[in-house]
Amino acid sequence: MKALVAVKRVVDANVKVRVKPDNSGVDLTNVKMSINPFCEIAVEEAVRLKEKGTVSEIVVVSIGPKEAQEQIRSAMALGADRGILVETAEEIGALEVAKILKGIVEQEKPELILLGKQAIDDDSNQVGQMLGALLGAGQGTFASIVNVAGDKVQVTREVDGGLQTVELNLPAIITTDLRLNEPRYAALPNIMKARKKPLDVKSPADYGVAATTKLKTVKVEPPAERKAGVQVKSVDELVAKLKNEAKVI
Amino acid sequence: MSILVIAEHDNKALNGATLNVVAAAQKIGGDITVLVAGSGAQAVADQAAQVAGVSKVLLADNAAYANQLAENVAALVAQVGTGYSHILAASTSNGKNVLPRAAALLDVSMISDIIAVESPTTFKRPIYAGNAIATVESSESVVLATVRGTAFDPVATTGGSAAVEAVSDVQDAGISKFISEEIVKSERPELTAARIVVSGGRGVGSGENYHKILDPLADKLGAAQGASRAAVDAGFVPNDMQVGQTGKIVAPDLYIAVGISGAIQHLAGMKDSKVIVAINKDEEAPINAVADYWLVGDLNTVIPELVSKI
Repeated sequence: MKALVAVKRVVDANVKVRVKPDNSGVDLTNVKMSINPFCEIAVEEAVRLKEKGTVSEIVVVSIGPKEAQEQIRSAMALGADRGILVETAEEIGALEVAKILKGIVEQEKPELILLGKQAIDDDSNQVGQMLGALLGAGQGTFASIVNVAGDKVQVTREVDGGLQTVELNLPAIITTDLRLNEPRYAALPNIMKARKKPLDVKSPADYGVAATTKLKTVKVEPPAERKAGVQVKSVDELVAKLKNEAKVI
Repeated sequence: MSILVIAEHDNKALNGATLNVVAAAQKIGGDITVLVAGSGAQAVADQAAQVAGVSKVLLADNAAYANQLAENVAALVAQVGTGYSHILAASTSNGKNVLPRAAALLDVSMISDIIAVESPTTFKRPIYAGNAIATVESSESVVLATVRGTAFDPVATTGGSAAVEAVSDVQDAGISKFISEEIVKSERPELTAARIVVSGGRGVGSGENYHKILDPLADKLGAAQGASRAAVDAGFVPNDMQVGQTGKIVAPDLYIAVGISGAIQHLAGMKDSKVIVAINKDEEAPINAVADYWLVGDLNTVIPELVSKI
């Protein structure tokens, strides 16, 4: 079966971002960009399913700036077969992303559609669920175990009280949680090979979607600063502070 | 304004997270209706009817909603939700699973994890792991949003006297099936609602040590227990105890971080706590920068001493 994996180019998880002085957004000039960690887990899962013989072809999709080709190439170096970049100049909304992905799914007809559970920049956690609705497909969100059997997939999901297992008809949407797997590192020969794999460049208009959103970011501010704390030298001092100063115990 | 709140529950009792969502709905202003979708959930609807500020409860009681499968519940929400100006759910794993699906069915964009209501159409929400706060304005015909519970004080569980109305509409997509669940049992307070949280990180060394060191402290303080991602990934404790950007968001009166370095992803889940205490052997640990009090020392000796002195 065919697997489609959506990946997003985001600021690297270890970067401490700064808000722009004019409050228009976060300053991303000269900041290290990477594949979103949850998307990387989605790629790894697809590659493992291919290694098991369940999946025959992996198509990786990214929607974003021209530079997102780098993230598609990274996914190819991990084992994806070909790529599609839907180029957009500005960041578009989750609903529009889901609509573009729907267009791609209808052309490619994958049985498994893998996404990360959330992007670490906008922290929305929406696209997979929205795509499920638009396709009328089942969704296994926050997946920590994925088992494909015949024309169904069993997904163990991380929920607030623990774990829940659901069974979905294929085609199905799966969004990955951190514990699904540990992504491999790309070996140098694979990075070289990835350069030769096919990569199509498209635009949102090719899927009949306007690159826009009805949510307007009015401003972006830094969070309130916490006032500097103090180092205590002993347990006695800590207990005294908590009892008398903070009055929390 | 008419607001539909999706109830969070386990078919037996209303989950406290719903009370925070009702509080956010009150900030928006208008008539508040609570939708209880479940199976054998009459008791939940009765509890929701008592909640202060709720004017109506809709009960959709059917086997199709027993396990909150998103495919069925989102279809119900999209069906019942027509005509409301706002549809709100808690930022729980359930709310996050269902609401975006309902939004796409209604063909509207939604706003995740709001922490403040600026106006009925303008909200604040954290982005980049809480390192920036965005103010977002929606021009959709209906506003769908999930609500970060810790940002809104819960309304009272009593004082309301709403009528309970049955919803006969049954949405069963038939594309998904509940198989099983594994719920972690605990005598301690629920993590996201606890007044005090004691959390352990990689520094506690092992699962055995986590319990040996941190259980007595949590017992003494009547605290809930949390963990950093490092501790969960190392298998010390189950993942539903993880505090952070990708785990639970807590904002207790007192958060005690033990053996936690304070990665960006962890801070996103706890830095709105009223008082933060860090106990770590590393003087340079980033957690110290957000801590009100920090103590450098070996947690294996410091924590037992702390337990004996409080």
